[in-house]
Amino acid sequence: MIEASNLAAILGMAAATLACRAGGYFLFRALRPTPFLRAMLGYVPGALFVGYVAPALAAGGIKEWVGAAATLIAVRLSGNIPLGIAVGTLSAWLVWLAR
Amino acid sequence: MSAASFTTVGIARGARRSLAVALGLAPFGLVVGVLAAGKGLSLAETGLMSGLVFAGASQILALDLWTHPAPVLAASFAAFAVNLRMALMGPALAPWLERLAGWRLWGNLFLLVDHGFALAIAEGRKGERDGGFLFGAGLALWLAWLACSLAGHLLGAALHPPRGHPLFFAALAAFVSLLVPLWRGRHDALPWLVAAAVALPVAHWAPHGAWHVVAAALAGGLVGAFRETRRVRE
Repeated sequence: MIEASNLAAILGMAAATLACRAGGYFLFRALRPTPFLRAMLGYVPGALFVGYVAPALAAGGIKEWVGAAATLIAVRLSGNIPLGIAVGTLSAWLVWLAR
Repeated sequence: MSAASFTTVGIARGARRSLAVALGLAPFGLVVGVLAAGKGLSLAETGLMSGLVFAGASQILALDLWTHPAPVLAASFAAFAVNLRMALMGPALAPWLERLAGWRLWGNLFLLVDHGFALAIAEGRKGERDGGFLFGAGLALWLAWLACSLAGHLLGAALHPPRGHPLFFAALAAFVSLLVPLWRGRHDALPWLVAAAVALPVAHWAPHGAWHVVAAALAGGLVGAFRETRRVRE
């Protein structure tokens, strides 16, 4: 079953993502990105995820803080992102069960 | 000048090489599926989103913000902001793409994704130039992505975790874990602090939509770029 507003949002996301994928290729082949833009695009991903994580942690409790710390430590030690997600989620789960 | 290279042998080689990476996608795909089920999206809608958007971080972010009726503008904007990084991947793959046309070019652009990009850059340094390799790697990742998000939806629908269940923490864990490889060194500290300082009040005053994420990305990006270009000039 596909609901109309869900379909519209999914198509909107698909169009926006394809614009990034294909638009960047055609645009930056025609004109070179300025050093400022290139530097900015280098900082955007990190800042973006910080922007997501910071308010979520501020609004969260012990479960979120322990889970986030466990995730960071696991990825830092193993270099493995999927493992970090699993360890972090499991840690948050344990805190949730213990309370 | 060599002819456009796009062989079926290349497709098979790319698909084979990306299998290990595809396994690494599994937790992300599961998170997407569980989140989608939690927000009441149907299996068909989940498959449609993963098949057409095919970009994990943006899907997790958008699903986290999902409401009823769906936030069309906020979700599209979130997808654009998170996937803007892909705009720089296409030009870096120009040696692979510039001799391709039609579905071979558009197929590769549609399937462009972080893991396939990283694989292509690594193999390109060893001399791989077959456009089919890129396509095969992307296609295998796409199939794995679709399968994992559908499996996640089935898992979420079966478990039916209540709001606040730690299973949903996986979405936050995904972004926390991405911060580790994104940290390039001390020059990231100030932009990240600025991003957090901007995100907190925006999230408080405008809790609906992805505005705090967009504001943080712009603020952190601008601060980093201003400082870097000024340092170069001095």
